[in-house]
Amino acid sequence: MSYETIAQNLVFGLFVGSMYGVAAVGLALVFGVLKVLNVAHGELLMIGGYVTFWLYTLLGIDPFLSLLISIPALFLFGLALDRVIFRHVVRLAGETKIKNSLLVSFGLTLILQNAVIQLFSADERGVQMSYSGAGLNLFGVALPYTRMLIMVIALVAILSLHIFLQRTYTGKAIRATAEDWEAAALAGISIQRIYLLTFGLGAALAGMAGTLVSVSYGVAPGIGLAWTLKALVVIVLAGTGSILGAFPVGLLLGAAEALSGTFIGPAYREVVGLVLFLLVLLLRPQGLFARA
Amino acid sequence: MHETVERVAQQTTAPPRRGWLWPGLAVALAALLALVPQFVKRDDVLNLCFMVFLYISLGQSWNMLAGFAGQTSLGHAALFGIGALTTRMLWTNGEPFALALLLGGLAATIFALIIGVPTFRLRGAYFTIGTLAMAEALRITVSQTMPLVSTLPTDQIVGYNLATRYYVALALALATVGTAALLLRSRLSLGMLAVREDEEAAQATGVNPLKHKLIAFTISSFFAGLAGGVFAFQQVSYYPEAAFSPSWTFDALLISFVGGLGTLGGPVIGALFYILVREELAVTLVNFHQIIFGILFIIVVLVFPGGLVEAWARLRKARWLPWRGR
Repeated sequence: MSYETIAQNLVFGLFVGSMYGVAAVGLALVFGVLKVLNVAHGELLMIGGYVTFWLYTLLGIDPFLSLLISIPALFLFGLALDRVIFRHVVRLAGETKIKNSLLVSFGLTLILQNAVIQLFSADERGVQMSYSGAGLNLFGVALPYTRMLIMVIALVAILSLHIFLQRTYTGKAIRATAEDWEAAALAGISIQRIYLLTFGLGAALAGMAGTLVSVSYGVAPGIGLAWTLKALVVIVLAGTGSILGAFPVGLLLGAAEALSGTFIGPAYREVVGLVLFLLVLLLRPQGLFARA
Repeated sequence: MHETVERVAQQTTAPPRRGWLWPGLAVALAALLALVPQFVKRDDVLNLCFMVFLYISLGQSWNMLAGFAGQTSLGHAALFGIGALTTRMLWTNGEPFALALLLGGLAATIFALIIGVPTFRLRGAYFTIGTLAMAEALRITVSQTMPLVSTLPTDQIVGYNLATRYYVALALALATVGTAALLLRSRLSLGMLAVREDEEAAQATGVNPLKHKLIAFTISSFFAGLAGGVFAFQQVSYYPEAAFSPSWTFDALLISFVGGLGTLGGPVIGALFYILVREELAVTLVNFHQIIFGILFIIVVLVFPGGLVEAWARLRKARWLPWRGR
């Protein structure tokens, strides 16, 4: 096996890893703040991808530009979901809350997935632009422009989120709610509004990830579960409190998948991530990047 | 608080008021169902009944772990799949079906015992996701290592008897529900219930949580494996991966929750309801039943935790019914 093949696979693993990072960050935010596990996160991602697909197919809007539409659209959708469904779950206590949120969001995956099948059919959709194939060629390794742009967007998104959470008042309010919602409430923060906002933000990030996925991988109604699992793997590996950790861990996961695919066999790419996930859950549940 | 205790007690440990009524009805029903293939020759009806019986076993086996012992596992499909795979491989290689089925159930149980001990170290949501990850990892491995379709040998196809499948599924459904009923009357169920409601408190009172969880898991996985074996028996040709599909887990969840989690009759009613709705809508709106059940599921989780069984119980006690008076 030539170095070029290995390098090529590794590079593509890193590219997909950046998408894992974006997909994970939205879920991490929702889980960290609302303490709610939304397994329908992958479906939100899928819907974001469909938004991009239809904007491109019907209106010819470039997928990267459609980010300006898919992100707000999914944000609004997230607000609606919180208002209608998750608002009732957040009032429960601790373990019941997580368990019930899991169940409720599972019901949501059924609804969303099958609604999409009914509306758009189960065919796989992809977005191909005129410049999809173009890229750099560095030492025999192909670097498509689209993938590089995706990685840059992913990095920018995660950094922006981090800065938002650290420097702005709302961001700090969100972090305060995540740490101790009762104290935050006493300090005058409206928990309802923060929950609403955070869920919308999480959905918006999922939508962004979906747009990026539609450009590189293609979307189908059934991709939700796989992406939710990827996001969960990244979150658990990075430690549930960590937003910034999502990006490097995502890259790590992508690289690990690529390398195991190259050396062990393409069949076991996906399994590696899940096995890693289980190992970390059992041996180091606080994650690799956990903060105290 | 008192209401919860009362409801919980009624659900699990209260014996029926007339000791012979429910078992008597069950036997009568079983006899009736056993006679059906004699009079009904239509394949579609027999297939429908088969599906209902299979799903009753599927749901009830999951209910034993999640409803009685409170462990929400999303890895049920793995056990179903292992049972299906083992049974199929043994049976198509010439072993008598009964033996293959039994070994399928045992294979699932052994798998459950092996992964049960480390997996039960996880708590709550992590346990749930962990089981899901494990089941998916297994499914992907199977789909990659056994990608070819599994078809019955020609003599089996020629001699395919739907009535036999019907009886096997009926027997399994009766066995699963019967075991669940026996389990509910046993002392073990008290321990499982204690673990379900509050694991720490149970441990403080001397109940061994791991032991009860493992027992529930073992029984649950045995019947899940058997159900998988019965599924493999019925399919003329299928992809081995299909038995590991997460939809088996999700269907078990839907059936148990909508019917009434933790109750004996819940999965039965849930399975009946689910299959009927699914088949009714299948022709016109494929998969629309999933949307309906998704909505029902959310309603059950948020508003009606007892599912249809609780709704029925509430209805019977309702003040506004004409024969209840004021």
